[in-house]
Amino acid sequence: MTAQRSTSRLALIIWGYIIWSLVPVVIAIIFSFNDGRSRTVWQGFSLRWWWQDPNLSVLQNAEMRNAIFNSLVLAVATLLIVTPLGIALAIGSQRMHGRSANFVQGLTSAPLITPEIVVGSALLITFTRLLTAVPLGFVAQLLGNVTFSLASVVVIVRARLVSIGASFEEAARDLGATRWQALRFVLFPMLWPSVMASLVVVFATVIDDFVITSFLSAGVSSETVPLRIYSSVRGGATPALNALATLLVIISFTALILGLFALSTWRKRNGERGGLRAALADVTQMEN
Amino acid sequence: MLFGSNSGRVSPQDKLKKSPRLWAGFAFPGTIWLIALFALPFYAVACIAFGTIDPIFRDAVPQWNPLSWDFTQARQVLTSLATGPLRGVGLRTIVYVFCAMTLCFVVGFPIAYFLARHAGKRKMMLLVLIIVPFWVNYLMRMLAWVNLLSVDGLFTRFMRIFGINYNWLDGSPITVTLGLVYGYIPFLILPLFATLDRLDWRLIDAARDLGANSRQAFRLVTLPMSRAGLVAAGVLIALPMFGDYYTNDLLSRSPSTEMIGNQIDFFLNASSQPQNGALLVLTLSLFLLLLMSFYLRSTRQQSRQVTR
Repeated sequence: MTAQRSTSRLALIIWGYIIWSLVPVVIAIIFSFNDGRSRTVWQGFSLRWWWQDPNLSVLQNAEMRNAIFNSLVLAVATLLIVTPLGIALAIGSQRMHGRSANFVQGLTSAPLITPEIVVGSALLITFTRLLTAVPLGFVAQLLGNVTFSLASVVVIVRARLVSIGASFEEAARDLGATRWQALRFVLFPMLWPSVMASLVVVFATVIDDFVITSFLSAGVSSETVPLRIYSSVRGGATPALNALATLLVIISFTALILGLFALSTWRKRNGERGGLRAALADVTQMEN
Repeated sequence: MLFGSNSGRVSPQDKLKKSPRLWAGFAFPGTIWLIALFALPFYAVACIAFGTIDPIFRDAVPQWNPLSWDFTQARQVLTSLATGPLRGVGLRTIVYVFCAMTLCFVVGFPIAYFLARHAGKRKMMLLVLIIVPFWVNYLMRMLAWVNLLSVDGLFTRFMRIFGINYNWLDGSPITVTLGLVYGYIPFLILPLFATLDRLDWRLIDAARDLGANSRQAFRLVTLPMSRAGLVAAGVLIALPMFGDYYTNDLLSRSPSTEMIGNQIDFFLNASSQPQNGALLVLTLSLFLLLLMSFYLRSTRQQSRQVTR
C-alpha cells in the first residue's frame, strides 16, 4: 500500500515537472500568433508577426532574417570544420599511448569542464590582444564554436570506437587490406552513427550558443538569433520576437528528428539494435 | 608492453598500436587547434591579468613575459573579493548556485528515480518528454518566463488572484535562483537517469528482503551505489551555473543580484577595465579547478573503497 502511494506521488512529481518545463514554452509559442503588440495579453489570432507585417514580422524584418541567416551559416561552417577535426582527434587520441597520449586526452577533455564564459572571455582577450589578425565577428565566432564543440565530437566518436574494438580492422588486415584500406573501408563506415550523432549535437549546440558567440561578436553584422533574443527580450519587443525564438526551436527539432531518422534507418539496415531508444542514446551520449 | 617486439603472436590491440606515428598524425591537427585556441588563450588572460595599465589611456597593457608579471592589481581584486565591494558578488554567486543545485536535486532525483525504476511501459514516452526541454534553446526558455513574469504577464496576474503582488523581474533573488533551476535542471536529470538506470535493482530488493525498510534501503544501498553518478551530474551543472550571467541579465538586470559572471561580462564588454575582467576569469577558473579536484579525489577514494 505505502509503496504504491509513494510511486503515485513520484508519478505526480514527474508530470508536474513535465508541465512546468514545457507549458511556459508552449505559451510563448502561442503568443507569437497574437494579434496585438503585446507578448503577454492575448488579443486574438493572427499571422501578423510571422509574415503578414511587411516590416516587423519575422520573415520580412531585415534584422531578424539576418540573424537567422547568421545562425545557420555559423552552425554549418562549424560542422564542416569540427567534424573531420574531431573524428581524427578521437581516433588518434584513442590509439596513441604513453605520455603524449595523456597530454592529448587531458587537452581534449579540458573544454568539457570549462564554463563557456571562461572560454569566451579568454578567446576575446586573445583575438583582441594576441592573435589580432583574427577579426571579431563571424571568423572569431567560428573559431570559438569549433573550439568549444570539438570535445563533444571526440567524446561521441571515441565511445563508438571503444564499442567497435579492434577486431574488424584486424580481420581486414589479415585478409590483405592495407592499414589505410582497413580504415577507409572498415572503420569509417562503422563510425557513421557517431558521426551522425555528433552532427546533430554540434548543430544544436552552435545554433543555441549564446555566450561564446556573444563575446566574439562584432555588432549587428554578426548577430545570431540567441543574441537578438537576448538584446530585445526586456525591451518593448513585439510577438515577432516570440516567432523568432519559435523558429529557432523548429530548426533545432528539425535537425534532431532528421538525425534520429537517419540513425535508426542506418541501424536497421546494418542489423544493429534499432529503435528510437538506441538513436536517442546516440544523440544524448554525452550525458550517458 | 610487447610494443615493437616480434615475439610470435601479437594480439590485435598491439598490432593496432604498432603505428604510433600514424595515430599521432591523426591527433595532430586537433591538438594544435586546442593548444592555439584553448591553452594559449589562458596564457593571454594571465598576461592581461598580471600586466600593467597604460598611464595615459588607462587601457590594460599585456605583459608577455611571465618573469615580469605584476601582481598589484591581482592583490587588489582578491582583497576586494574577500572584504571589499566584490565580496557580495562572490558570496551571492555561491549562495545562488548552492540553492539552485539543492532544488535541482530535490526535484530532479525523484524524477530520474521514477523514470529508471517505476516508469514501466511509459518509460520511453516520459523520457522523450523530459529530453524535449534539452533541445529548446536556453534563451527561448528564459524568454518564456520573462513573458509570464512581466507586470501584466500570465503568471503575475495568476498570483494576484491569491493576493500576491510581487515584482518578479526587478532584482528578485528568488526569480534568479528559480531561473537557474529551470535553465539547468534538464542537464541534471538525464545523467542522473543514466546512473540510476544502470543500478542493479536486485540489490535493493535483496536489502528489502533482508528486513530493511524502504528508507533504509534507499540510504544504505541506493544512495551509496549511485553516489559517483550523483556527484558527477552535480558537477556537470555546477560548472556552467558558476559562470552564468545571462539568466541574471534576463530575469533581473539589477546590481543587487549580480553574480561573478555579470562582473566578468561587465569588465570585459562594457567597461574599459579588461584587467579586472581577466583577474576574475582566473579566479573563477581556479575556484572551479579546486572544486573539480575535490570531486576527482572523492570519486577516486570511493572507487578504492568499492574495490576493497
